[in-house]
Amino acid sequence: MKAAAFDYVRASSVDEICRLLADAGDEERKIIAGGQTLVPLMAMRMARPDMLIDINDVAELAGINDHGDHVSFGAGTRQRAIERSDIVSDRLPLVAKAVRNVGHQQTRNRGTIGGSIVHGDPSAELPMAALALEATMILRAVSGETEMPIDGFFEAAMVTNIEPEQLLTEIRIPVWQDARIGTGFHETSSRQGDFAIVAAAAQVALAEDGKVTRAAISVGGAAPSPVKLHGLEAALIGKSADGFQDIIALVDEEIDAETDVHATAEYRRRVTRKLVSRAIDDAIAEAGK
Amino acid sequence: MKQVEVTLNVNGKDTTLTIPPRMTLVDCLRDELRLTGTHVGCEHGICGACSVFLDDEPIRSCLMFAVQAAGHRITTVEGLLNEDGSLSDLQDSFWECHAMQCGYCTPGMLVASESLLAENPDPSEDDIREAISGNLCRCTGYQQIVEAVQMTAKRRREGAANG
Ligand code: FES
Ligand code: FES
Repeated sequence: MKAAAFDYVRASSVDEICRLLADAGDEERKIIAGGQTLVPLMAMRMARPDMLIDINDVAELAGINDHGDHVSFGAGTRQRAIERSDIVSDRLPLVAKAVRNVGHQQTRNRGTIGGSIVHGDPSAELPMAALALEATMILRAVSGETEMPIDGFFEAAMVTNIEPEQLLTEIRIPVWQDARIGTGFHETSSRQGDFAIVAAAAQVALAEDGKVTRAAISVGGAAPSPVKLHGLEAALIGKSADGFQDIIALVDEEIDAETDVHATAEYRRRVTRKLVSRAIDDAIAEAGK
Repeated sequence: MKQVEVTLNVNGKDTTLTIPPRMTLVDCLRDELRLTGTHVGCEHGICGACSVFLDDEPIRSCLMFAVQAAGHRITTVEGLLNEDGSLSDLQDSFWECHAMQCGYCTPGMLVASESLLAENPDPSEDDIREAISGNLCRCTGYQQIVEAVQMTAKRRREGAANG
């Protein structure tokens, strides 16, 4: 359980990081921020980079800023900073609820939002919340900056659509301007703080009459990648608190549940339906307050 | 093996070492600095036995390479002792409440609970259980650990009130 040997560089700017990535040649060069996913992978020799580029000293890669229609997160922003942020609790209540379920104090103190997204762990909570709310990711390379929608970024378990020469610098999460918004987040795991077997996130906006006008729903852990439930979101429009149970079964069509050591596919489907339903319940109740 | 020179500040003292970048902070603390109070269990971020303070926040020292800790302040369980080398009030409460059996999880439990008490002088039982949720104990069933943290919190509050 020891990592293989590697070269270590402490980077001081985004340009330096991009140059190091561009000059990799045959080497595998990897970014290390919080290390909470990468270091275990290295200890288990599932990752064996030739070089680690440490981005923890690059101040421009951390920070949370309110831009009105969205909140931007530097990729290196710690989960702990998100948990403690007033901007997040005021503007992105779904993200605030999600981050409380991420790991433990010792891992949130190091783990970053960017690391959590680029690794694409199927049951990680922040990617789910970012996916539900249709975040935009800003990727940098020597050749320039690319904006990429998060929907489509997650390919498979632990596989994401980032090129080896790209650095994720920022995540922009939209802030809904609707008057009545509510959120819900539910998770089941073997022990408090463990990776989710299944987790569900929902955010809704309601009209004056209590009917849903807008919905964002995603699940994690249910399938090899976090999934945004587009079909259910569309079907939820016009429904109210007691009128959505008949459409919950739509969840089954949108997730490709798998069996693993933690749970069977059938268990995952059942728990997903239940947790999605609870998350929507909470979201509608909160928006109605 | 590739080697690099780093200066680490541990429990207030600077030490310069030549180590390979792949050496984790916990291995460096234990094997190079001979600070064996910090324990190492799973080596991949599950058990919490390796918890130490990085600046003022608890982290898992098996999930950080020692080279990354240069420029930061590290505090281990040894650094929690009173200045005269006697047990701190929290360490004392662990002893008094029998909050350990084999002692494997104890350094991590102390770091996790000290961090909680620094932020919250009057934690509820739930707060305590949440704070130590990243630390596994195979022996105690956690109850005495919770009691030891409650005892310390109470004594500190009383101490502050009598002040
Ligand atoms: S040894 Fe670090 S968490 Fe187990
Ligand atoms: S006292 Fe033995 S593991 Fe906690």
